[in-house]
Amino acid sequence: MSDQTLPLQRDTPFGPPDKLYDLRDEGHIHPMTYADGHQGWLVTGYAAARAVLSDPRFSNRPERLHPPIPQRAELSEGVKEGAIKLPPGFFIRMDAPEHTRYRKLLAGQFTVRRMKALEPRIEEITAGCLEKMAAGDRPADLVEDFALPIPSLVICELLGVPYEDRDNFHADSRVLTRLEVKKDDVMAAVGRLSMFMYELIQRKRDEPGDDLLSGLVAGGELTDEELTGVAFLLLVAGHETTANMLALGTFALLTHPEQLAKLRDDPAVAENAVEELLRYLTIIHIGPVRAALADVELDGRLIREGDSVTISLPVVNRDPERFDDPDALDLTRHAGTHLAFGHGIHQCLGQQLARAEMRIAYPALLRRFPGLELAVPAQEVPMRTDMSIYGVHRLPVTW
Amino acid sequence: MRIKADTSVCIGAGMCALTVPSVFDQSEDDGTVRLLTADPPAEQEAAVRRALTLCPSGAISADT
Repeated sequence: MSDQTLPLQRDTPFGPPDKLYDLRDEGHIHPMTYADGHQGWLVTGYAAARAVLSDPRFSNRPERLHPPIPQRAELSEGVKEGAIKLPPGFFIRMDAPEHTRYRKLLAGQFTVRRMKALEPRIEEITAGCLEKMAAGDRPADLVEDFALPIPSLVICELLGVPYEDRDNFHADSRVLTRLEVKKDDVMAAVGRLSMFMYELIQRKRDEPGDDLLSGLVAGGELTDEELTGVAFLLLVAGHETTANMLALGTFALLTHPEQLAKLRDDPAVAENAVEELLRYLTIIHIGPVRAALADVELDGRLIREGDSVTISLPVVNRDPERFDDPDALDLTRHAGTHLAFGHGIHQCLGQQLARAEMRIAYPALLRRFPGLELAVPAQEVPMRTDMSIYGVHRLPVTW
Repeated sequence: MRIKADTSVCIGAGMCALTVPSVFDQSEDDGTVRLLTADPPAEQEAAVRRALTLCPSGAISADT
């Protein structure tokens, strides 16, 4: 029996917990005790992580998964008992072939070409946010003025969600990404977001627009309940993630001025820089977790049917067997094989959108405010160690 | 090098189209891979190999 639990305590603002480094240096996969006492596994090696995430013998169905951290034990129990039901259409928590149908319906909406076509609009939205920030008070909160509104405006426009309603869905998605949360609060937030989306779907049926949700409604392949789940998922996933990358990425750049200068001064660096920031920061704080559907041998260990496997993406993306000098932020390295968007069938649906947003927003910010700097000492920036998606709660900046 | 694509396992992540747009494209319909050529020119082989590595679903392969 192992007394190793999932290390959560971050010792530096951008790196994984030091304890995970120790484990990384000992091996690729480790016995781990889950919050409900289950004896499962923790993966810290890049190759093993890829193997698990791309293997159909590992399930992502919530009722099969054991909770990796005590903060999520109550939720996990609620799911297993059936007290918490995921909305139909919540395909991120399905296995193939059930998952395949939803993924294929949506993947055509997020192709490289379609996201490229959105770039002029992302540039306009970014410029608008930067002008508003410039006209506002100093210091400014970069989360409030830049990192959150850009992806929120973009995903709202793409899906056809009224941006005026953002206060509601921002608050509810904050509840859903908090680690320490009561079952009742999650159920209430899920209920409110589902109702909001369900009503929106009804409006799209009556008055279709030129947006993704109207297109899905008109396509007629999903029920209104499924559409609600899909819309819910896309809205929450579409802004929480990129928002945290933009804010945490800016914080990382401000504390690595020589890297910041490269990105600001050379437009050709942006593409690589985004991949390296994704690798270096890997904002998925907990998991992904999978459950073995059969006995699987992995890296010399026997994973038994039913065992849960937690993958720590932040430390996997700093595997020295995959990336040279992995703890250095180097915007010119080829970091494209990172697993920040996951791997396998659940790899981020919106990743090409996220890339476009970051490729545009970071350089635009640095060029609009060449004198951008932190308005507080770096150690006073409040970090999101209490959230399932890592980042900063606020980033006070001045210029 | 000869490339094969299996659209039944493809999830439309777009990594191939992002990496080598002259060889890989995506269906407008379901985002799955479309080969623009199965025999990429020699100078594209390294990029195609990178795309094979990046593909999350194992939908593309090469016979050399």
